[in-house]
Amino acid sequence: MTQRLQKISRRSFLEGLNLAVGGLALGLFSADALAAEPAARKGGKKSGSPAIADGTPGLTPNAFVHVAPDGRVSIVCHRSEMGQGIRSSLPVLIADELGADMAHVRILQADGDKVYGDQNTDGSSSVRGIYDDMRRAGATARTMLVAVAAKRWKVKPEDCEARNHAVFHRDGKRSLGFGELANEAAKLPVPDPKSVKLRPRTELKNVGGPLPLLDAPAYVNGSAVFGADVTLPGMLVAMIARPPVVGGRVVKFDATKALAVPGVKRVVELPAPQKPYIYQQWGGVAVLAENTWAAMKGRAALDITWEHGENASYDSKQYREALAASVRAPGTVARNVGDVDKALAGAARVVEAEYYIPHLPHSAMEPLVALARVDGDTCEVWAPTQNPQDAQEVAGGILKIPPEKVKVHVTFLGGAFGRKSKADFIAEAVWLAREAGAPVRVQWAREDDMRHDYYHSVSMQRLSAGLDADGKVVAWRHRTAFPPIASTFSPASRPSPRDLKQGVTDLALAVPNVRAETCEAPAHVRIGWLRSVYNIFHAFSVNSFMDELAHARGVDSRDLRLELLGPPRVVTLAELGVRELDNYGQSFEQHPIDTGRMRRVVERVTALSRWDSRKQDGRALGLAAHKSFLSYAAVVASVVKDAAGRLRVDEAWVVVDAGTVINPDRVRSQMEGAVIFGMSIALHGEISMKDGAVEQSNFRDFKLVRIHEAPRKIHVEIVESDGPPGGIGEPGVPPVAPAIANAVFALTGTRVRELPLSRTLPVV
Amino acid sequence: MPAYQFILNGQTVSVDAPSDLPLLWALRDLLGVTGPKYGCGVGVCGACTSHLEGDAFRPCIQPVSGVAGAHVTTIEGLAGDGLHPVQQAWIAEDVAQCGFCQPGQIMAAVALLRKNLDPTDADIDAAMSDNVCRCGTYVRIRAAIKRAARQLREAGTELR
Repeated sequence: MTQRLQKISRRSFLEGLNLAVGGLALGLFSADALAAEPAARKGGKKSGSPAIADGTPGLTPNAFVHVAPDGRVSIVCHRSEMGQGIRSSLPVLIADELGADMAHVRILQADGDKVYGDQNTDGSSSVRGIYDDMRRAGATARTMLVAVAAKRWKVKPEDCEARNHAVFHRDGKRSLGFGELANEAAKLPVPDPKSVKLRPRTELKNVGGPLPLLDAPAYVNGSAVFGADVTLPGMLVAMIARPPVVGGRVVKFDATKALAVPGVKRVVELPAPQKPYIYQQWGGVAVLAENTWAAMKGRAALDITWEHGENASYDSKQYREALAASVRAPGTVARNVGDVDKALAGAARVVEAEYYIPHLPHSAMEPLVALARVDGDTCEVWAPTQNPQDAQEVAGGILKIPPEKVKVHVTFLGGAFGRKSKADFIAEAVWLAREAGAPVRVQWAREDDMRHDYYHSVSMQRLSAGLDADGKVVAWRHRTAFPPIASTFSPASRPSPRDLKQGVTDLALAVPNVRAETCEAPAHVRIGWLRSVYNIFHAFSVNSFMDELAHARGVDSRDLRLELLGPPRVVTLAELGVRELDNYGQSFEQHPIDTGRMRRVVERVTALSRWDSRKQDGRALGLAAHKSFLSYAAVVASVVKDAAGRLRVDEAWVVVDAGTVINPDRVRSQMEGAVIFGMSIALHGEISMKDGAVEQSNFRDFKLVRIHEAPRKIHVEIVESDGPPGGIGEPGVPPVAPAIANAVFALTGTRVRELPLSRTLPVV
Repeated sequence: MPAYQFILNGQTVSVDAPSDLPLLWALRDLLGVTGPKYGCGVGVCGACTSHLEGDAFRPCIQPVSGVAGAHVTTIEGLAGDGLHPVQQAWIAEDVAQCGFCQPGQIMAAVALLRKNLDPTDADIDAAMSDNVCRCGTYVRIRAAIKRAARQLREAGTELR
């Protein structure tokens, strides 16, 4: 059975890729890379980057770039790789500004360190927020290399050009490799990054081109190191029995049987967390053992008496009724234009609908895991974290040491979707490592991961529209109720008006009377952000409701959507009826709300999917569009009914306008992934509570979309643009579920206002 | 504790372990073979998929006592120092997103292609539906399997 095929060496194979790979991206998460703690830290010139040892020869003008005298360029990726392909994107941008040849570039993964600026890999921000800063990091190094070459040749720097890993003189006769210039460049003062000249877009050689996934070889041969793949000598593995209900605590426990399991070393009670929970550990009882299985068996043998606390009666069925009651009464006004009440009262026809989406878990394929070692007043952590600086803060807080004394190494993340930006699992490892006096890996079982999540908010939306005698929409009222993420950090019990920027207050509507309100929704579990966050339920309700209005009026859903969007224009805060609006942290000058861009993605996606023949041959199309994280995305889903009468999504089209993109194939893969992620939400996603505890446990009773449910084809079109970059990781998700629900209505006549769809209709 | 011997990636190995120890933890914790991933522990996600006598199986629900004397292959042993044609196809299609489930996906795909070098979408769905990918790489997984199958057919190579 171990018969081998013709051997194709990695090298010969990779030469066929667009980028030759000379050690590129390989091995940096391998065991030897972990061991390669900079040996030359003591003495020598201080390095400009924590990723490059002090005293290392060559040019290190900033935290992100090192040019070695042998020509090898190292580029630091300071954001976490969790499947979005950031390591195949940001470093390419830096290399392009530098003029480096990717064949001679290796990518280093940054530890947590403030010198990199914000490292929180969240909010689809890793390109959009720092595009120019990253370019400046590369351009600074380039400027210094060019200065040295110009000096040697006694010519003006303007007459020199950096490309293909060398500086060339305009005469075409002289060139010097980056390596030959590095040591001398290191002696120059580092120019102000703001003063360096950025290349015109056309000179960025790889940006927007056919870039491969640089980590692909490590992914396919099993060498990529994820959180649970790091091991330290003398390490113990911990499994924790956490309180089943948030706010619960241990009354008493008997560890006798657990301690009798071979391999179990210790049983330790963790302190119960205090409100607000933020990123505190969850409390409970930890079993520390020589290996994972012993820890699992030991945990199963624990006898614990719990007190369930204030959330012991949390029940999803009852809570749903409470949310419905909440949105049937006026809430706090978050947006107001005209007089909605008057317009509704005077309307020829009023259409109203309520939409419900339950709690959702993150369920990354890699369950939470963290390894910590505490040594005196220092600490070292290896973890699949989206936010290594928060991990430093949390660990420092537990150990009462400054955050910079905590070294946080970021492994590959086996999926994250927002869950791994919370440091609770790291807090557990740090606390237990100190307690045990040994390195501790806290391993979460799948059941733990599913039952102790920072859940996506359960939500209810109530939309009301007034139509005049001609069917024109003259009033639009949107009430939203969901336990806000703020409840994890403070005593908030309803969404703030600011929370509605995700799809409610930033929604362009050519309607004269508009009001949005937030309604009461206290939290009974830890609430957190899940990929695309509040946009999920706001996009679902708004896009479903537009489809309902089109049906009520007897017009095409696309035409009504474009009518409600209004003519191409930049929408002002006054038009939206808000005094202020957070634009995902970016300025409106750079990133205006542009209905023209939204119209274009709707028009393109309906053209590609042949919307005009949207219902034929036993299939129907559904449309949805949504702007989030500064990008515009439109989705058409095709739904069919199989021989057994079950519904399936057989094809999907996505058009996204995200401004400038670095790596189009990673953008496409994010959109493909968004369709599957959105399908899981639409078809199966539900976490429900009974007696305060989560009812689901594993992938048996919580379903994710599998390959047999996946569409035959997912078509992705990226709008050509040289505008400022928007987000990519999240914006594809929100339109997916409503596009499916709208297609289901078109095919079956059944309007589903509650997810998952499988509660109402048979699905594949 | 009893010692269990089996052939792992072509080499005889021995582990001292309780008889109910799932092979996954023998591989990961005792032998340092980390390609097979822990994703569910109950045989429903496929992240640990490896081969037992050439067939796909789930080490997380296979007691180590049951593989004594048998050939076990993990992703690390699939192609020695090189890349298996299925791994090559995975790279050519840039399948992976986070990568975590991909060793298991690839092992499942190789097992499929050993039996069927010209799989239809339905064959692929049937063989691969026990492997979950949260990132949603399914469309590319299908493409990579078809690419590998096509290349193997054209080369006249049979997978055994």
